[in-house]
Amino acid sequence: MSIKEKKIRVLIAKPGLDSHDRGAKIVARALRDAGMEVIYTGLRQTAEQIVETALQEDVDVIGLSILSGAHTTIFPKVMQLLKKKGMTDVMVFAGGIIPGEDIPALKKAGIKEVFGPGTPTTALVDYVKNNVSK
Amino acid sequence: MFDRRKLAEIKKQRQKWEKTTVPSWVRRHPERRKDFETVSGIPVKRLYAPEDIEEMDYSRDLGFPGEPPFTRGVHATMYRGRFWTMRMFAGFGTAEQTNQRFKYLLKEGETGLSVAFDYPTIMGYDSDHAMSLGEVGQCGVAVSHLKDMEILFDGIPLDKVSTSMTINGPAPMLLGMYICVGDKQGVAREKVAGTTQNDNLKEFFAQKLCIFPPKPSLKLSTDVIEYCARHVPNWNPVSISGYHIREAGSNAVQELAFTLADGIAYVESTLERGVKVDEFANRLSFFFACHNNFFEEIAKFRAARRIWAKIMRDRFKAKSPRSMWMRMHVQTSGCTLTAQQPVNNAIRTAFQALAAVLGGTQSLHTNSFDEALCLPTEEAVTVALRTQQLIANESGVADTIDPLGGSYFVEALTNEMEERAMSYIDKIDSMGGVTAGIEKGFFQKEIADSAYKYQKEVERHERVVVGLNDFRAEKDWMPMDLLRIPPHVEREQLARLERVKQGRNRQKVKQSLDKLFNDADKDKNLMPTIIEALKAYVTLGEITDVLRSVYGEYRELIII
Amino acid sequence: MQVLLTQATDVQSLIQGVFRGEKRAIAKIISKIENNELDAQRAISLIYPKTGRAHIIGITGPPGAGKSTLVEKLTKELRNRKRTVGIIAVDPTSPFTGGAFLGDRVRMQDLSTDEGVYIRSMATRNHPGGLARATKDAAHVLDAAGKDTIIVETVGAGQSEVEVVKVAHTIVVVLAPGLGDDIQAIKAGQMEIGDIFVVNKGDRENADKAVSDIKAALELNTEEKMWNPLVLKISALTGEGIGEFVETIEKHRTYLKKGALDAHRKATAEIELIEALKQKITQTIIQDLRQKGEWVRTTEKILAREIDPYSAADNLLKQKSRT
Repeated sequence: MSIKEKKIRVLIAKPGLDSHDRGAKIVARALRDAGMEVIYTGLRQTAEQIVETALQEDVDVIGLSILSGAHTTIFPKVMQLLKKKGMTDVMVFAGGIIPGEDIPALKKAGIKEVFGPGTPTTALVDYVKNNVSK
Repeated sequence: MFDRRKLAEIKKQRQKWEKTTVPSWVRRHPERRKDFETVSGIPVKRLYAPEDIEEMDYSRDLGFPGEPPFTRGVHATMYRGRFWTMRMFAGFGTAEQTNQRFKYLLKEGETGLSVAFDYPTIMGYDSDHAMSLGEVGQCGVAVSHLKDMEILFDGIPLDKVSTSMTINGPAPMLLGMYICVGDKQGVAREKVAGTTQNDNLKEFFAQKLCIFPPKPSLKLSTDVIEYCARHVPNWNPVSISGYHIREAGSNAVQELAFTLADGIAYVESTLERGVKVDEFANRLSFFFACHNNFFEEIAKFRAARRIWAKIMRDRFKAKSPRSMWMRMHVQTSGCTLTAQQPVNNAIRTAFQALAAVLGGTQSLHTNSFDEALCLPTEEAVTVALRTQQLIANESGVADTIDPLGGSYFVEALTNEMEERAMSYIDKIDSMGGVTAGIEKGFFQKEIADSAYKYQKEVERHERVVVGLNDFRAEKDWMPMDLLRIPPHVEREQLARLERVKQGRNRQKVKQSLDKLFNDADKDKNLMPTIIEALKAYVTLGEITDVLRSVYGEYRELIII
Repeated sequence: MQVLLTQATDVQSLIQGVFRGEKRAIAKIISKIENNELDAQRAISLIYPKTGRAHIIGITGPPGAGKSTLVEKLTKELRNRKRTVGIIAVDPTSPFTGGAFLGDRVRMQDLSTDEGVYIRSMATRNHPGGLARATKDAAHVLDAAGKDTIIVETVGAGQSEVEVVKVAHTIVVVLAPGLGDDIQAIKAGQMEIGDIFVVNKGDRENADKAVSDIKAALELNTEEKMWNPLVLKISALTGEGIGEFVETIEKHRTYLKKGALDAHRKATAEIELIEALKQKITQTIIQDLRQKGEWVRTTEKILAREIDPYSAADNLLKQKSRT
């Protein structure tokens, strides 16, 4: 009998050219303080880079942060690539400036939840803990 | 400033008040908190009285508007002569769309233009670059070449209007384009007026739009400063910015200190070129945020002017008073706006704008109430502009200079901000300056910690954000329309880019790029070469790629 | 029985994927081992026969020395020489929160889409010595997946960073001039384990002094050595010295193959056996005792000073061998 040692591994990513990283960094820190193992990609990531990192690191969760309006192009790309690589068990959530009217389409593409400005980090931590596929 | 004996008497009376009147009141009505503080952690007393500023010397510390140390104002008549410039940051979609928004705002009474570029332009990518996909025109106007710029300013006379351009890495290119547009309009280069942000240092720890590593970035910023000092004397080559530092999460003291430290770095690098301080310092300008804590922000602006005047006079031995003045642009704070109950944002912006005016800004942008949701609609941006016009024309605050001067609280707070900021500046100096601080991750850590602290205060309800963690709405009123950029914008932009590329003289393009490479390699001032290349319709991306090949690309030092 | 069979198949197919070098399979197997899942041991047993081929380089040194940037440059150079590379970058787990920020990978961005490079970030999960418990086995996985070179980057926090000796064939100690302590930054333990010393940020002015300081300190070590540690100056930023670095690593590899490698392997095999035994003892004996309540009873006796820990352990072991 072995003592299981599972930690939740999260990738926080900044896709596209958007350079606002205040929120992404706060989320990364909050998740780490909640006992998770967090990888932050840094700025200006392509969909390919994000998915490749998620694959090699075998993350349980991906958080996509964007404030530039380019989510309509980039997020579906990420979701398509994840599907192609057989990574549909990874839970993907998003945050930033994403108009409410865009959310249904993003959810249809596979993004589990979109967290708007002002979401407390505690709510985010709880959501990840409760919804990550075990 | 005060009579010693009278002061001692007042002190005694105050102590009596603190020991008798106050406690009996507090017993029945406890104060709302145990300790009161500004956002930067400066303790705020129950009451301020003469003793809190007893060491002040009016002539030394305050002086008169238009004269060093400029604490009370940078011009002798301030808003009695002319209101601050109402300069609304604008840009989205194609050059045509933004040109229309510019004309609308000018018609509605704004008095200066301010250009927001899209992310590809800011990062030196043409609209057809792989990284530009989905980003063209999304949060600023797409400008890939001189033709885009010509359309952007079509019908706008550059000798009548001044333009501020928020552009950093590619500042030489965008300034070059603006000068070319001026040339075409027949406006003399000496008359072209405006500002390029061109503050690459803060990119490394705040706005993060860095293309090249620190050394070449500083070199390019200095190229622009030097070039303007010699050839475009009415242009503010740099807008040394604290806004982004604040938005990234710093507090007011850090915003002030880090901005001033950047300013010191730019002065030093320009002096190293052999330009004399009095030849360029008058055109250095600054850009701050205006956040929520009303009096802290006002004190920040006043302290900023005084500290800079002293630095220019004592550290850099400037002789001309104009070398010591700090002219500033202020933008109300974006990060304080909420997506919940967006109408509240109009009111936040109004308070913040008022603080900026009472703080003596030269130029002001007010945010629109829908900014936490999307790009500002025409209706929202009109309200934001009206906010300034209301303050200017209906409130009376602009009728006298520095009305809060002499307030015991405001003066004490101004002094405190100066002291704390100077302490940071000394620390940065001892590290070896801003570039050394960036490499060590000093600024990044300070900002990340302040940002996290603020977030935790909001989550623990120690800091109330109306509509967010208190006074929430069961049913929220949301604006009906959001400004969205449709996909055809990107297609149109790409089509034009293709047409421009096809219609060029290929020889000239190649020659320009080769010359640029050689000049960059030899460390020359690149402005003249860039302007010539732009005239041949060499694109922004082509120029930036050459510079990337010489300088390399920056890799961010990540501090969470 | 049914459940076990499914698990076996799952691991089986993943292992086949590992042998084919498939990234997803590698990722999943490393996770199983890291999380100490039920079939982790089975996975290791299937992989182990195919290990022992790769050259494992350990990169250690104080924080701020530029290890990650150096690893990136080293990897690029190895890729130029057509080697495939596996990188394991270790970061510390917070003892308070149990979480970790895995920040090395972000400094190796250029490698993220290179097919011949596999990067895995690991948290120590409070395992001492600068590495994670699973680092050694993760290196085995990458070895079995066919990676020519495996680079293990330690946490870089302190002087007890000697776990890396158990894992790597060639130990590189990375330092940077002006880090504060300079020579003091090389804690005693690291001075002894380094095969190659690298002064990074070699474009800085006190780099040459750092090189001579290290050489002088090494000379003080009077112990007879078959391999004399070399000191190199590198600028990971400009790439200067990287070629020589790779050559030096090759030199060490050649030296190892002449005989020292066998000694190292033997020592490593013994260490791995001891580690495995320790783990087994913890898992089996202690779990068993916890279940039976024997554990609590014994610890209470120790608390009450009725018995000392060693005598208590003797008793428990005697009991266990009787059952």
